Amino acid sequence: MLLDMVMLSTGMRESFRELLVSRGFDIRLAPKGTLPFDTDATIPDVAAITNVLRNNPDIREISPVLGGSIHIEVGNRDVSSAVLGIDPSVQGDYEFLSGRDVTTADAIVANDYLIRQLGARIGDTLAVASGYDPQTRTYMGQRKLVLTGRARFIYGAAEQSAAAVRRETLEAMEGQARHDRASLFMIRVRKGADPDRVREWIETYIPSVSAISIATAIAQVDQRLSYFRQLSLILGAVSLFVGFLLVTTLVTVSVNERSGEIAVMRAIGVSRTHVVQQIVLEGVAISFAGALIGLGLGLVTARYLNAILSAFPGLPMAIDFFLFQPSAVWTALGLLIASGIGAGIYPAWRAASLPIAESLRREAIA
Amino acid sequence: MSEAAETPVAPAESPIVSLRDVRRDYALGAERVHALQGVTLEVQRGDYVAIVGPSGCGKSTLLNLIGVIDQPTSGTVEIGGKRVDDMSDWEATAFRLYNIGFVFQRFYLMPILSALENVALPMAEANVPREERRERASQLLAYVGLSNREHHRPSELSGGEQQRVAIARALANRPTLVLADEPTGELDAHTGAEIISLFQRLNADGTTIVVVTHDEDLADAARRKIHMRDGKVVDGGGGGYA
Repeated sequence: MLLDMVMLSTGMRESFRELLVSRGFDIRLAPKGTLPFDTDATIPDVAAITNVLRNNPDIREISPVLGGSIHIEVGNRDVSSAVLGIDPSVQGDYEFLSGRDVTTADAIVANDYLIRQLGARIGDTLAVASGYDPQTRTYMGQRKLVLTGRARFIYGAAEQSAAAVRRETLEAMEGQARHDRASLFMIRVRKGADPDRVREWIETYIPSVSAISIATAIAQVDQRLSYFRQLSLILGAVSLFVGFLLVTTLVTVSVNERSGEIAVMRAIGVSRTHVVQQIVLEGVAISFAGALIGLGLGLVTARYLNAILSAFPGLPMAIDFFLFQPSAVWTALGLLIASGIGAGIYPAWRAASLPIAESLRREAIA
Repeated sequence: MSEAAETPVAPAESPIVSLRDVRRDYALGAERVHALQGVTLEVQRGDYVAIVGPSGCGKSTLLNLIGVIDQPTSGTVEIGGKRVDDMSDWEATAFRLYNIGFVFQRFYLMPILSALENVALPMAEANVPREERRERASQLLAYVGLSNREHHRPSELSGGEQQRVAIARALANRPTLVLADEPTGELDAHTGAEIISLFQRLNADGTTIVVVTHDEDLADAARRKIHMRDGKVVDGGGGGYA
């Protein structure tokens, strides 16, 4: 449990950090006061903002992304999906798997889940609309797009349809209201440049956006996940304390049962220091044995719980609640051994303080 | 270890054990028990003394004081001419390690150690090099007739064999004095006789032995008997062996 709690306390944060750095973008721009894709709000004047950003020599790549939803007609069925309007040369939202990327205005790539929903194949032409009016029962912004490839959307959930088209295609489908707008900008900074200095520069020169570096994003996620951390801290401390009490009890019982043996050891000249060492080692050995079994069980439990929690709707596939890291194992092992040492101290002190003659007399009477 | 602890004790002519007007009181609930009431006795080097008397007369208390595992309420205890009644725990532990061998009624061998390792234990505590202690432990087991049991654990040995291992352990650091508290108490008559014989051989080889016993055969085998009653030596307290 301790290992699970150590893994839980750092797991989401670490897997989120890995998710953010996986595509090499250092800064995200979201509409002022929001987090990326937290709301439907968009950033206006994409072209103008892009020009401003290009004035900063530390900015290497700019990737505006427009988010939306689409409806795809399949026979009498309507399959809806999230869609991203991107520039395929600088996009950081998906990993292209096979086929052809969205190199043309009529191309669309989709994840496997959507492709399965559609029952489509690469090369199929799809009737895609950007909206549906249930009153008039008509699709809006309809286009014929060719499914050109498969992609894995990094920020998407496992059971979530996702697709990508060129940003200008999505803008054209969504009409004037979404023209020259982006839900998000992803920015790569030049190697060696400080992302936080670039972030500050952006917030100064483009006040309509919130600039979020990986560090600030993690800090915000940390803030939102404080519940998990507190929970894991409390449960971890409880498990450690229970383990401590258990080992103390076991070693104390063992010392009490062997008081005659210990008194004899002292009588034949074994020093108090060696008695203390032996009893503390006993505590450590019990803790270590328990730790080895517990770590194995903890890893199995973490895997199981992770599978359940990661299946929460809307969570990116790449997010893990329990992230295995060697440091977590070492931390848990270190805490357990420290607890074993602590647990051995009281019974060791008792053993070393046993009055030899009195203990032997009691043993003889017993 | 302290130099005092390692220094061979007692010139040959002086008594190896000397108690002067030793009293030992302890609390038993609300009562104050006077376990020893002014005991004075001497034991000479090479002697074999049996302390006898009814249960509760103070025999084991006396043995504990001679063994430096307890301290008197008043009076003085000297072992080999060295005052031991006011030693610190650290000094007393070191003194016992090098100068006194203990044999107990219940053997008290370490269950996870082999016979050889049990015998080598006090030597390990005395920082005797590994090879030397293995060799000496092996010789001691041979001395007590257990050459073929070196690698057996206590649970694989009979009571008599366990007591012989305990005797070998008591001899590990070549003590000048061996103290035994009811060493035949847990043994049948035949095995007890073997242990008695072993003690006699040990004494014949120069080891000073003090035993506390109810076993008449064991007491009769000693060179001298000290009779105790109600915390006092009533007979045989003087240094009789020369």
